[in-house]
Amino acid sequence: MMVGGVVKSMTGESAQRAALGAGAIVMDVLASNDGRLYHEKVQRIRQLRPDMILLSGGIDGGTITHVVELAEVLEAANPKPRLGINFKLPVIFAGNKNAREPVKERLGEITDLMIVDNIRPTLEEENLQPSRDKIHDLFMEHVMAQAPGYKKLMGWTDAPIMPTPGAVGEIIKKIAEAENISVVGVDIGGATTDVFSVFQKQFNRTVSANLGMSYSVCNVLAESGFNNVARWVPFNMDETDLTNRIGNKMIRPTTIPQSLEALIIEQAIAREALRLSFEQHKEFAVHLKGVQTERTISDAFEQTSSGETLVNLMELDMLVGSGGVLSHAPRRHQAARMLMDAFLPEGVTQLAVDSIFMMPQLGILSTIHPKAAVEVFEKDCLIRLGTCIAAVGKAKSDQVMLQYEISLPSGIIVGDLKFGELKLIPAPFESLQAKLTPGKGLDIGAGKNEVLNTNIYGGVVGIIIDGRGRQPFNLMDNTEDRVSQLKKWSEETGEYPQLENSNV
Amino acid sequence: MSRSYTPGLKILARTKIIKKRQLPMKGNVHLKIGDIVKSDAIVASTELPGNVQMLNVANKLNIEPENVPECMLVELDESISKGQIIAESKGIFGMFKSQLKSPIDGTLANVSEITGQAILSEPPIPVEVDAYTSGTITEVDDEEGVTIETVGALVQGILGIGGENHGILEVVTTSPSDELTAEMIQEKHKNMVLVGGSFLTKDTFEHASKIGVAGIVSGGFDYTDLSKILGYSLGVAITGSEDIGPSLIITEGFGRISMAVRTYELLSSNAGNFAAINGSTQIRAGVIRPEIIIPSERENGEIRDYEEADLAITDGSLIRIIRAPHFGKVGKVKSLPTELTKMESETLVRVAEIEFENGEIEIIPRANLEMILT
Repeated sequence: MMVGGVVKSMTGESAQRAALGAGAIVMDVLASNDGRLYHEKVQRIRQLRPDMILLSGGIDGGTITHVVELAEVLEAANPKPRLGINFKLPVIFAGNKNAREPVKERLGEITDLMIVDNIRPTLEEENLQPSRDKIHDLFMEHVMAQAPGYKKLMGWTDAPIMPTPGAVGEIIKKIAEAENISVVGVDIGGATTDVFSVFQKQFNRTVSANLGMSYSVCNVLAESGFNNVARWVPFNMDETDLTNRIGNKMIRPTTIPQSLEALIIEQAIAREALRLSFEQHKEFAVHLKGVQTERTISDAFEQTSSGETLVNLMELDMLVGSGGVLSHAPRRHQAARMLMDAFLPEGVTQLAVDSIFMMPQLGILSTIHPKAAVEVFEKDCLIRLGTCIAAVGKAKSDQVMLQYEISLPSGIIVGDLKFGELKLIPAPFESLQAKLTPGKGLDIGAGKNEVLNTNIYGGVVGIIIDGRGRQPFNLMDNTEDRVSQLKKWSEETGEYPQLENSNV
Repeated sequence: MSRSYTPGLKILARTKIIKKRQLPMKGNVHLKIGDIVKSDAIVASTELPGNVQMLNVANKLNIEPENVPECMLVELDESISKGQIIAESKGIFGMFKSQLKSPIDGTLANVSEITGQAILSEPPIPVEVDAYTSGTITEVDDEEGVTIETVGALVQGILGIGGENHGILEVVTTSPSDELTAEMIQEKHKNMVLVGGSFLTKDTFEHASKIGVAGIVSGGFDYTDLSKILGYSLGVAITGSEDIGPSLIITEGFGRISMAVRTYELLSSNAGNFAAINGSTQIRAGVIRPEIIIPSERENGEIRDYEEADLAITDGSLIRIIRAPHFGKVGKVKSLPTELTKMESETLVRVAEIEFENGEIEIIPRANLEMILT
């Protein structure tokens, strides 16, 4: 779908948040200040032929002229829906309530216009739900209704049918509420990757269109670049060979990696798809922009501003992965490493994956029986991989990143972790006491140079102590050094034990 | 006996081909059911709205937006020509009037008393849909398009770029494993559809484009060369609107891969015949593969198509491997074990035991097989 707002970073962004929150793919954001000429906007709408358009703009009582100008752009474009030559294009207006009449005059006849409450009634307030509900209804009516078998499915179930991103979002929200924790969830598919987060009790969801593992795998390569994919591969790769292999995965999306080499390449791309989707999510999951904040003298030295990301990795308690490449990785260790390398969690973070891609179903169940859904999620859906512990801050080579003292069921284990090391400590999923002392100038969650006494959990993989650095995290530039570094990390974490004896 | 369903591309010597020819928006259909058409016949036409331009009349005439409608000198939908005075301010006591000229030929589409803007529309853009292939009109959708039915050969590729094109089919390599090189393409190949073997480079493609070749069919092509031709990296396989000269269809995949013998032989047997080629590809739900259609002149002959059951591989089926490490190899299914098998990647999958032409036997995931339909 396309969305529109008067100011791109304010109502435009709110409209985008509403659309993404409803599980839509946003093809473009139109705004009065987007720098494009009028006829360029008209051409863009005609060219994209979206399934629906969400038009917002202006706080209640604010600008009418700019909102009407956007409506006039739509009127001039006279857009036709992609599906069904006889339908009118659905347009949702969720802007300044005083602009409703002139918008109706311009779009009432030529489009299927629906009016809902303003998405941004005041600068300080966002009211996304009415727009989200309408987008969801329209998606079901206009888009899903065209999908083969949809009518049959409707006959089979009394519960509402939900798009996958919507349903996965529901279960992530429920788990964050039930355990009162910050959560990031990711669902990596063939065409898209959805990222969900709950920080400071605020839920955000992004659908990164065209960052997936099969239909859009070449787009991951195009967006990340060859070097970013190759940096995760522990052997030398010729660029033409790698790009042809990835291209062949795109044109034959249902094939499976048979060789270890093919698996490693696929998991390297997955790291980049996850990283790029998370970057997009961080840019989008922000505090409202344009809000005036009252500052007191105690805030004088705090350089925060509106529009800052809500995503704080040090605050993150749990990272959950879903989707074939994570859920069906031949070794759980590989899933843990993909999550760690892509998201670079900081401090102490639990890692988990969806066992058999059950999260969407549990999301729907959570709307009917939340307690049952959370219980099944905890007991049968989540595979607890373990915990990642990573100190944050600039470190020197050979510097001790962390001293750890962990009470395992078999006894207390004590050790040092140097810069550039990765260590795996096998440990079961139970509460384990840990004393974590960061190296000089580093932070493990309690503040710079502060000792953290906490309870951590193991899992099917265990506790992975990551001394590779955060802020910055860098891989070696020299290919030979990088390959030997990757092989060492792989060996330490049990990622590809067969690598040593293979022909790769 | 075990059976397993696997995707396959259509390589058919003589089959019924049905093509829907639709307008992008409502318009006029020029033919009726039963009409016999040639490939270049126009079956339907319409007019797309012309490009628009916005004039800020209020600013230009220094008047309030609500006064703009009364200052316009032309009515809505009235034709205007470039340089024509289309708006005039009232001035002071009829003096010091400001005037505004139209920057384009077209019509006045809209005037807004809120924004003070006038929308001018350039003349509509005519769009015509041709028949693409010869055949008979079997259905007419009022104001939308027609369905054409024909009989002939149909070859689907795995990926294509460029839209519809047509020309006489010519095979320019001597075997399906040969590379199509620039030297093989000559002036006489202008407006023709050329069949190569296993590969061609970007330079060869550009040479063909310079000569004016209508289409190229090849076993493989490099992804990096494709990006260079397009000017961008193809992120998702949704193609058809590229303006790159010849339409290009690859039948096997990216890299240097011999064209399947059956495909090569079928195309060779049609050398000298008219072929319609379309590179449009969509690899997502509702997959569309690129195609070469060669309508048949013959009235009689067995018509063959495949049903779902034909796509089930079973012992003895002829298959092709579609993923490394044996990508492109052809073999026969020896058995289809029911139990899951662990591959070198440690992935647990359902497999097939494949015997290659040289007698070697390998275990391959069933998902990495493609049926060769014979």
